[in-house]
Amino acid sequence: MLSATALSCIRGERRLFSGLDLDVGPGEWLHVQGENGAGKTSLLRILASLSPPAEGEIRWRGEPIAHLAEDYRRELLFLGHHGAVKEELTPYENLILAARLDGSELDEVEALKALARFGLRGREDLAVRFLSAGQKRRVLLARLAVRKATLWILDEPFTALDVKAVEMLSGLIVEHVTQGGIAILTSHQAIPLPNGKIIMVGA
Amino acid sequence: MNATLAPILAIIRRDLLLAMRRKSEVLTALFFFIIVVSLFPLGIGPETALLRKIAPGVIWVAALLATMLGLARLFAPDHADGTLEQMVLSPSPLGLLITGKIAAHWITTGLPLVLLAPVLGIQFDLDGGALGIMVVALLLGTPLLSLIGAIGAALTLGLRGGGVLLSLLVLPLYVPALIFGAGAVEAHISGLGAGGHLSLLAALLALAVFFAPWATTAALRIAIE
Repeated sequence: MLSATALSCIRGERRLFSGLDLDVGPGEWLHVQGENGAGKTSLLRILASLSPPAEGEIRWRGEPIAHLAEDYRRELLFLGHHGAVKEELTPYENLILAARLDGSELDEVEALKALARFGLRGREDLAVRFLSAGQKRRVLLARLAVRKATLWILDEPFTALDVKAVEMLSGLIVEHVTQGGIAILTSHQAIPLPNGKIIMVGA
Repeated sequence: MNATLAPILAIIRRDLLLAMRRKSEVLTALFFFIIVVSLFPLGIGPETALLRKIAPGVIWVAALLATMLGLARLFAPDHADGTLEQMVLSPSPLGLLITGKIAAHWITTGLPLVLLAPVLGIQFDLDGGALGIMVVALLLGTPLLSLIGAIGAALTLGLRGGGVLLSLLVLPLYVPALIFGAGAVEAHISGLGAGGHLSLLAALLALAVFFAPWATTAALRIAIE
């Protein structure tokens, strides 16, 4: 469903990768691997349409993503290195406002349920700046539980999470993929998910 | 209509909520405006004819500089915490979201200046008519300052020394607003009528409403890449 052909990426004067092909369909997840600076994040940003590739083309459901524009973004959920979490707002407000930014309305019950799922019950009304790094990450990941998107692109989603949160996130990704979704993610650690495809960047 | 307004309103509500939590940023610009404008009557003394003559220019320059104060942070926090990426990836057109951000900037920065200007104008012995023209000119001019400023803020986003560059970029573009805004009050005081100046200010605003979100969006996309 998401395919890329002959992708290459140049940052500054340096060519990070070239001739990269990938193909991920419904019910599949892809683990993007590579050394630091190999271009994993750059690849994810290209796949998310945040940066254009130097060469190559990406297609979603057979159509170039450049043509699909908003239709592609409606089916995409991208979580990058930065959390897009506002420190001054509470986890609940962050979730509600992120949903509005996505063009949807999230009801209170659903938002609280998602926060509880990520162990933030009792901290819904506390400003995010008072939370630990791991808890901030959980606020971000709670979006996965509420946003209806077919394609998840996650950059280092397991960073700063404790064992329990890693299990919760893995469960969520498995649930998403089992229901016909697609997940593409990077991680330096072994990912506790079954039957994933692997692609090496910069090799 | 709702589909167009919804993302704009969502961003305005979010930015207003953030402004409420970061009150110091809003109040800094406001106090700067009050102090700068108030220093002139204190420095010049009770020479009412001179004060009346310089009032439009002083109030407009102070409003212009007060608006500049928060510009560097118009997109910087959203850029730093990844919110800007999410805005680019939102199914809603980025131009609409940016329009919402600019509107929120005006509500938190420009609108308080408009409301305060008549009170501060009294220090310059301006009559009711001149104060009224001042308010109308600022109502047309301050959104223009936010719109032009947003282009500069987007162009300098993520650059080292961006604050200085932002001033150098934006201040020359503020000159027409300054000339027609201050000119409107001066024309009224000298009995020429402010209609022409206000019409030109409104025309500039209409032009900026159309082009500024588009230019800002293009600059932000480059910054994000």
